[in-house]
Amino acid sequence: MSDKIIKNGRVVADNRLTVSLAEGEAPTDIAVPAGPVLVPLAVWQARRDELLARARSGEVGVWLAAGEDVAALAEDLGLLQFVGLHFPKFTDGRSYSAATLLRTRYGYRGELRAIGQVLRDQFNYMTRCGFDALQPQAERYTDEQLEAAIASIDDFTQPYQRSVKDPLPLFRRVERGNGHEVQP
Amino acid sequence: MYQYDEHDQRLLDQRVAQFRDQMRRHLAGELSADEFRPLRLQNGLYIQRHAPMFRISVPYGHLASRQLRKLAHLARGYDRGYAHFTTRTNVQFNWPKLEDVPEMLAELASVQMHANQTSGNCIRNITADPFAGVAADEVADPRPFAEILRQWATYNPEFAFLPRKFKIAFNSAAEDRVVLRVYDIGLDLVRNADGELGFRVLVGGGLGRTPILGEEIKPFLPWQHLISYCEAILRVYNRWGRRDNLWKARIKILVKALGPEAFAREVEEEWASSKDGPNTITAAELARVSAHFAPPAYEALPTHDAAFDALLADNKAFATWVKRNVRAHRQPGYAAVILSLKKTGTAPGDVTAEQMDLIADLADRFSFGEARMLHEQNVALADVRRADLFALWQAARAAGLATPNIGLLTDIICCPGGDFCSLANARSIPIADAIQRRFDDLDYQHDIGEIDLNISGCMNSCGHHHVGHIGILGVDKNDQEWYQVSIGGTQGNGTTLGKVIGPSFALDEVVGVIEKLLETYVELRFEDERFIDTVQRVGTEPFKARVYADRQPQRKAAHV
Repeated sequence: MSDKIIKNGRVVADNRLTVSLAEGEAPTDIAVPAGPVLVPLAVWQARRDELLARARSGEVGVWLAAGEDVAALAEDLGLLQFVGLHFPKFTDGRSYSAATLLRTRYGYRGELRAIGQVLRDQFNYMTRCGFDALQPQAERYTDEQLEAAIASIDDFTQPYQRSVKDPLPLFRRVERGNGHEVQP
Repeated sequence: MYQYDEHDQRLLDQRVAQFRDQMRRHLAGELSADEFRPLRLQNGLYIQRHAPMFRISVPYGHLASRQLRKLAHLARGYDRGYAHFTTRTNVQFNWPKLEDVPEMLAELASVQMHANQTSGNCIRNITADPFAGVAADEVADPRPFAEILRQWATYNPEFAFLPRKFKIAFNSAAEDRVVLRVYDIGLDLVRNADGELGFRVLVGGGLGRTPILGEEIKPFLPWQHLISYCEAILRVYNRWGRRDNLWKARIKILVKALGPEAFAREVEEEWASSKDGPNTITAAELARVSAHFAPPAYEALPTHDAAFDALLADNKAFATWVKRNVRAHRQPGYAAVILSLKKTGTAPGDVTAEQMDLIADLADRFSFGEARMLHEQNVALADVRRADLFALWQAARAAGLATPNIGLLTDIICCPGGDFCSLANARSIPIADAIQRRFDDLDYQHDIGEIDLNISGCMNSCGHHHVGHIGILGVDKNDQEWYQVSIGGTQGNGTTLGKVIGPSFALDEVVGVIEKLLETYVELRFEDERFIDTVQRVGTEPFKARVYADRQPQRKAAHV
């Protein structure tokens, strides 16, 4: 699979494969293909020793489903260079909190990729929560649309909140005025 | 009130631009209906029964006169000349065109208004005591905190796709005027033994299909930690709240499942790593925001005013209005006035463009240019000189805004119901109308005294029927409208949920049921006892017995 993703605000080619377990398939049975992959947490946990060298080289990364606790990866974040967080639906917001925790509490510095139903209208919130790689489903956007979608990352340029991207809330980030009447 | 600085305005302008582009892509077929839906909802835009419904936010209920005039302008230019004021201090338009909404948002942004997060599974409009800053029983002004939390909640990247909607309210006085215990987070402004300001924190309240009252999880949170602690609550909820079942997705279900103590421990654990971090509110930021809510330039006025007393003595209608619609003020010589949006013949909470313009004029003339929305769907002018009350009354009366019924039977809380709302099981406006017409006699209303009658057209409970002394809920049975009646609910400090009295009723039976409930009350009441006091003293049985006395057993059975 070869496709394009947005990485650090630019469209880039990407051939990292997201490996999924089929229903009823055991993590120990599944074949982990050669080349860059993201494997499910269960596969990583079951076959950590076997995959360790490939993880250190950056070939193997791990993705978490929306309900999975990021604490499960706490011990491995020093060696992992690629972590994916899944959005089963774009309206399922759990991975925003997972991303925030990975970047802040657990200090993860490698690539953090949004996978699943990833849409441009959430790019601003995703990048603010610490995602640096955005992978919309292959069929969702044309190359042209994906290029245009980069603009959505900057929907809000000076947000109110503290977030991964803006470590200080607005009231500590800038000098704020006392407001002014806006005449209609 | 709060005035935007360049940062507030830029963020709002960026939001308008974002939604304008989303609407463009939707109309061009690049954004499917499903993908567009949460985006439009978080900009207040519903697709409704007849037309889109557009819900505008009024943070903690505060409206400047120029904002009221803008709403009137929108009502004329984009709707059918009126708007609806809701129980959550939002303003709804029922007849806009879908493609006009970005332009309406741009117009609103020009007066520092918006429709941010008025729907969708995100943090909604934050409410506070409508008499903030003027009530005698106030601990401290909640509005600076409500504004600080509004900013934290607005376009918050982590909490835009929660399991379900999330509502926050502030109470700040001895008397609860916001129904604090029905909120996802209720923040009760208190002082500790050392006189320091903070919050008693409640979580897990909510009405809807499974009404639950919020439970205290922290007796005292110093104000500096307001954001970090709320963030911890939201993060626990966002991660662990149920997403498999729409009806079990509110935080109240999570709190109930874990128990308030265990939920509180989860929050404390989460909070431990962010407490005292950058989200700690600085004294400078609190001072900056508080300056926007400084008291207006009151005149030094005498406590007594002989001319006013003479007017009261001479004019019974004026005296009645003062008794019902005017509230005490902490500043000598001033009063807070409630303009009634509950005139018989008008849907509760509906207000015409002309009335909005007039309220704006009255606010400019008599109340420092500001008005406030009440969750009971009325409008207050909070800072009126007592000497101006007569002139204000005359002007309001001419516009149909001075019905002296605040807190009485016809001051009904009512959602738009099945006439407009696509969620509704039944219409609610015709019920309110029938009750108002039947009991329009003011002497009768004053004899019955204070009573909260709340109507919701479905289980979403926008009409807060659970906490009405009499609650009416529209239900759907075999595609027909039926109405379930409950009694004994209360809002305020002792908030309780009403009890359903029995099988439901057809539309044309409801007024008769209300009549029987009131007759029972009149027969059983002690002197000076309100309807709710009698219900609490004697229980629901005598009321049930009267209402169902003449119903045929088989008919009852058919409606179970």
